[in-house]
Amino acid sequence: MDILTVDITVPLRSFTLELALPLEAETVALVGPSGAGKSTVLRAIAGLTRPSQGTIALGDEAWFSSEKRINLAPEDRSVGLVFQEYALFPHMSVRRNVAYGGPHRVDELLARLHIEALADARPGQLSGGERQRVALARALARDPRVLLLDEPLSALDAHTKATVRSELRELLRELGLPTLLVTHDFEDAAVLAERVGVIVDGKLAQIDTPQALVAAPADPFVASLTGANLVEGNARAHGGLTEVILDEGSTVYSTDREAGRVGVVIYPWEITVSNEQPVDSSLNHVSGPITSLATIDNRVRVQIGRLTAETSLDSAQRLGLAEGVRVVASFKATATRLLPLP
Amino acid sequence: MAWRCTVPARVLVARVRVLGAARRGWTPRESKVVSERSTKRVPRRALFPFGLLMATAITGAFLVLPLVAIFTRIPLSTLVDQLGNRVVRDALVVSLKTTLIAQAIILLFGTPTAYLVATRQFRGRSLALTLIELPLVLPPAVAGIGLFAAFGRSGLFGSTLQVFGLELPFTQTAVVLAVAFVASPLYVRQAIASFESVDQSLVDASRTLGASPARTFRRIALPLALGGLGAGAALAFARGLGEFGATIMFAGSFQGVTQTLPLAIYAEFENKFEVALAIGGLLVVISALLLVALKIRLGWTSSRSTSLFLFAPSRSS
Repeated sequence: MDILTVDITVPLRSFTLELALPLEAETVALVGPSGAGKSTVLRAIAGLTRPSQGTIALGDEAWFSSEKRINLAPEDRSVGLVFQEYALFPHMSVRRNVAYGGPHRVDELLARLHIEALADARPGQLSGGERQRVALARALARDPRVLLLDEPLSALDAHTKATVRSELRELLRELGLPTLLVTHDFEDAAVLAERVGVIVDGKLAQIDTPQALVAAPADPFVASLTGANLVEGNARAHGGLTEVILDEGSTVYSTDREAGRVGVVIYPWEITVSNEQPVDSSLNHVSGPITSLATIDNRVRVQIGRLTAETSLDSAQRLGLAEGVRVVASFKATATRLLPLP
Repeated sequence: MAWRCTVPARVLVARVRVLGAARRGWTPRESKVVSERSTKRVPRRALFPFGLLMATAITGAFLVLPLVAIFTRIPLSTLVDQLGNRVVRDALVVSLKTTLIAQAIILLFGTPTAYLVATRQFRGRSLALTLIELPLVLPPAVAGIGLFAAFGRSGLFGSTLQVFGLELPFTQTAVVLAVAFVASPLYVRQAIASFESVDQSLVDASRTLGASPARTFRRIALPLALGGLGAGAALAFARGLGEFGATIMFAGSFQGVTQTLPLAIYAEFENKFEVALAIGGLLVVISALLLVALKIRLGWTSSRSTSLFLFAPSRSS
């Protein structure tokens, strides 16, 4: 399997996209806020946007090189691009959509993606999940050597998303193609990809396994993107620990050693919620009324002031959690990460 | 139609009030009171809807009356008989032949032009759009004199054409040129708008699936724009069929050669009025059929787009 090498500069409206990334037979997700230039990366690789300089090469085959003045047309690059809204041809049946990419593997792909029954349907008659499978089949019909997915799950409703996501993960593992996908959702990226790159303002802030990003975020933005709490304050040494006076007034302790302006990172699942202050090893206790509650499947996200804690649905019911109820949020000093702020 | 004009305006005011009142679900007794009062003075609140209604009635009558008159002036059977007249048959043949040839030329050159303008950003795009649309607002007489100045014997290209033994003015070719000049902007403008409305991501998808720009045009852009292209072609055809001013100046009005249906109406106007009426009736029927076909094609229900004449949006401006 060839390695896709991307090293490009693309001037965008308010910033310049600069990205260097080797891609092996693995799935890499680029995560970042909308407008960070994620889709531009895919368009540049596919040949739909021309970088101002750099190289894009698959193995030793150059697709774009500002130095050698090479810029292959999209149809001459072996990519399968799945568009955000899938971009299925509305005037063709599912079968003809797939055959557009390549007529040889149509039946095999329809079967593989479980859409044989839809072969004669028009895209307008399909659900979001079905459209995605047709778009995937069509992209694969060309036998691409690189697969690009632009927000593959954003056009789906929450109900179908989970199923489609695990199916997609399985498919990507089976294909074993160099795959680059972009998404604004860290959770989607963590499920689908082996490595996750965080893009901010056109630059790669950090790229690592999803676990490593959660455990050791390089900067506050990466931390908040991975779903962590981020509160700001001033840190100073206090005994063997670091004491952080938060801007809102309360104090937290951390085992990380920092001084000056810091962001305190705490993951929601590290915070326990109780009705009274517990007697345990936790050093940090923040009490306050619950400002909002959100149930996600069997978990409940509890907002206490600026902190978000996560409990199981069972615990939430047992504790009688509801908006306005006063609770205590507790977390250990070892569960906090301190990131110096500029 | 005629009786309506004899009803005094004040009575009409009262009628309108009663109609309006009944629609709003008022009881007859109340509405009677209102109608009595309104015979003296239209309440200020009712002035606006009344004004709208009056304007609509006048507009409708004004637009329909001349068409009705064509068919009611002489018996319908006489009208149909006149269609067998030599002048009518000659004019019909000339009209259909020249308009169809002009139509083919318009489609052949107009479609690629529209696709280029719709899909490329280039310097002077707004200017190009304006130039394409200019013939639409030009008086046909200007088109006629312009064609003469360009292709006439002493015109810009006149001597060049004469070298090849070609003399355009007062030939059937001149009719075709006049029709194409006047009708093509209608098609090109509609075609630009249709190509622009094709989702760019579909075009991109086609390219990433291995299709060349030419194949993308044939398999994606053209089929998806076809409805709009058909509408534009129908408009251009209707406009071409009715072309008068430029044709009479550049091609003259010779029966069997350059005398199209509208020119024949003008010629027979002084000569045999029934023949002129018959041709008028024929053109009304053809135009109505075209319009109905167009509306069916575009969908009767989409009242949102009552106007078929979409100005091509100018993206670069």
